[in-house]
Amino acid sequence: MATLNIVNKSPFEKRTLEQCLSRIAEGDSVLLIEDASVVAVTGTAYAELLSGCAQKLYVLSPDLAARGLTDKELLGTMTAVDYPGFVELVTEHERVHSWL
Amino acid sequence: MKIAVLVNEGPYQHQASDSAYHFVAAALDAGHEVSRVFFYHDGVNNGSRLTTPPQDDRHIQKRWSALAEEKSVDLVLCVAACQRRGLVDEGERERNGKDASNIAEGFRISGLGQLLEAGIEADRLVTFGD
Repeated sequence: MATLNIVNKSPFEKRTLEQCLSRIAEGDSVLLIEDASVVAVTGTAYAELLSGCAQKLYVLSPDLAARGLTDKELLGTMTAVDYPGFVELVTEHERVHSWL
Repeated sequence: MKIAVLVNEGPYQHQASDSAYHFVAAALDAGHEVSRVFFYHDGVNNGSRLTTPPQDDRHIQKRWSALAEEKSVDLVLCVAACQRRGLVDEGERERNGKDASNIAEGFRISGLGQLLEAGIEADRLVTFGD
């Protein structure tokens, strides 16, 4: 059963997103919240890494909106969720791991 | 489903406390049980009743206390983290000879065992930190 990996820092500030992506299993998922949401959109230095990602990728839309970004600019591999969607992801995965 | 939450950061400095609150509120709205929110490290500062944020700002402590009152969420502050940071309930005030207490309504001070118990008993443990 799969793990939900939560990343909350921008990769421009901390290496937790890269560490997470290099270690997790194929069936796992990654949820970008808080400052990590800035790389959910097209045109960043991380777009290629995230576009070629085998895992399911999600971003918390209120955090995206709080940073002036919109769902329309999302990478093709990224799915936006709200807080109820965040809760659903937690229940659908067997474990939750926050990369702090 | 039974969900427990760990909050490692204080209010207003990092987003962790806000994220945790919105997550807990959404989980309760979806009909899940939030068995416990454990506040560790600077997270214990969420439980001071002496905070007075500007009136047009969110009141993080009161928001948590309302969850405890309305939804019976167990809000637990780590005792060692509280002692270091000056978070005091009546028992701690007496035990450590302090002149006042400052713990907010709905919070209680207890040990790290409460975090382990929450992790064991809940189906999921979700951590919010910096």
